[in-house]
Amino acid sequence: MAAMKRIYLDHAATTPMDPEVLRAMLPFFSDAFGNPSSIHSFGQETRAFVEEARDKIATLIGARSEEIVFTGGGTEADNFAIKGVAFANEGKGDHVITTSIEHHAVLESCKFLERRGFRITYLPVGIDGLVDPQDVKKAITDRTILISVMHANNEVGTIEPLAEIGKIAREEGIYFHTDAVQTVGHIPVNVDELGIDLLAMSAHKLYGPKGVGALYIRKGTKLIPFIHGGEQERRRRAGTENVPAIVGFGKAAEIAQREMDSVAKHLIHLRGKLIEGMTERIEHIHLNGHPTRRLPNNVNMSIEFVEGESMLLNLDLEGIAASTGSACSSSSLEPSYVLLAMGFPQELAHGSLRFSMGRETTEEDIDRVLEVLPGIIARLRAMSPMLKSIR
Amino acid sequence: MYSEQVMEHFKNPRNVGEIENPDGIGHVGNAVCGDVMELYIRVEDGIIVDAKFKTFGCGAAIATSSMVTELVKGKKVEEALKISNRAVAEALGGLPSIKMHCSVLAEEALKSAIDDYLNKLKRGQSERAA
Repeated sequence: MAAMKRIYLDHAATTPMDPEVLRAMLPFFSDAFGNPSSIHSFGQETRAFVEEARDKIATLIGARSEEIVFTGGGTEADNFAIKGVAFANEGKGDHVITTSIEHHAVLESCKFLERRGFRITYLPVGIDGLVDPQDVKKAITDRTILISVMHANNEVGTIEPLAEIGKIAREEGIYFHTDAVQTVGHIPVNVDELGIDLLAMSAHKLYGPKGVGALYIRKGTKLIPFIHGGEQERRRRAGTENVPAIVGFGKAAEIAQREMDSVAKHLIHLRGKLIEGMTERIEHIHLNGHPTRRLPNNVNMSIEFVEGESMLLNLDLEGIAASTGSACSSSSLEPSYVLLAMGFPQELAHGSLRFSMGRETTEEDIDRVLEVLPGIIARLRAMSPMLKSIR
Repeated sequence: MYSEQVMEHFKNPRNVGEIENPDGIGHVGNAVCGDVMELYIRVEDGIIVDAKFKTFGCGAAIATSSMVTELVKGKKVEEALKISNRAVAEALGGLPSIKMHCSVLAEEALKSAIDDYLNKLKRGQSERAA
């Protein structure tokens, strides 16, 4: 039997590293090993590359180099932003506004603060996953020190109205943080246009290496350092820089900037093809998230009368990698809190399927999904006791 | 994450479907939790001669449904009542610990189908007596 071509449609989880990124990183695992903090030539040559990477990342989001702090990933960047601002501004207030559909990196950081006496407002979202900027405005009190709203949701792909929220935050003099892990390198992000003070990003979501991310911190923002123990990153994040990963992140940012427009165009075309194809071929399915204000690569569908993990396993047997909001695929056995927050009944949350495409995804890949998925769903539905209720 | 046996039963589930006018039906779980199992049995002379299932659920839920129907076929009702969730899981070469509740559901579906059968039997007997 010929080896089956595997199709990876889970780019929201992680992306394959670009070979160009790997090539850029390789010297820093061997010859160029110097500690960037060292005065000698070994240190100075790696320092130059770390700063070049910082420049590239700053350029990608319209920031200044000195406003970028490298971290150990997106989760660390979110933790740093939220706890860092909260603890540095305790004298000013104790209230944080966020949303009910944030990534756990934000939600759990907020819950941590809650246990320490902070008050957190978790804003609701509409059925399309959108946060209403007026809700943000109404939630603000004279004790509010931080607003944190994700740029785009990782599950349903809805892109939030950050510019409007940023404007409100600016008017009220409140720091505005965004988890932009799903958007940086994929759609245009400009910290000035969006009115952002803190922005978290992650390299492995844009074809870079795992284990490295960054936090954009607008000049003048008050926050306490997250990791203590050295002078690195302007004393905001101690520890010897992960030079190979940082160089890889910089290269990934450079490629993303170069290819963003053409890749987004390609993905929006494939997204339309997949959504239309599924809707034509399969009954009782619905698109989750906003129809147009969504990530170019995200297709999230609720498929009635079938459970997500069983669809995922069947797709995997066909060599297709996707993801689901079903409880059965999570260790918590809770279905997607994002879909529940959007007002979906539990049954539909269990039957959600997410395809997140990438720049290597082809028309043929989508054709293959459309070829095998209807059969999988038909087979599972034939097995499902849920279908009788609508017969 | 799943054993070969689980994947085998997931890929080729045995005894999928319904039995017309079954002697017992078990209906357990609910869509809110993400698992619903329906188990049908046909009983002749105190022996379960046929069992079928319909399941909405994950890979483990489907595999345990399939396995439990296999295990009960040909068994006396009182023997079938002794089939535990552990026995179902063991017959499948084990389940990830987070999925053990699926085997509990399979056991409950079987017990509920047998209860239904025994209740019908009792009702039939009392009707005849009256």
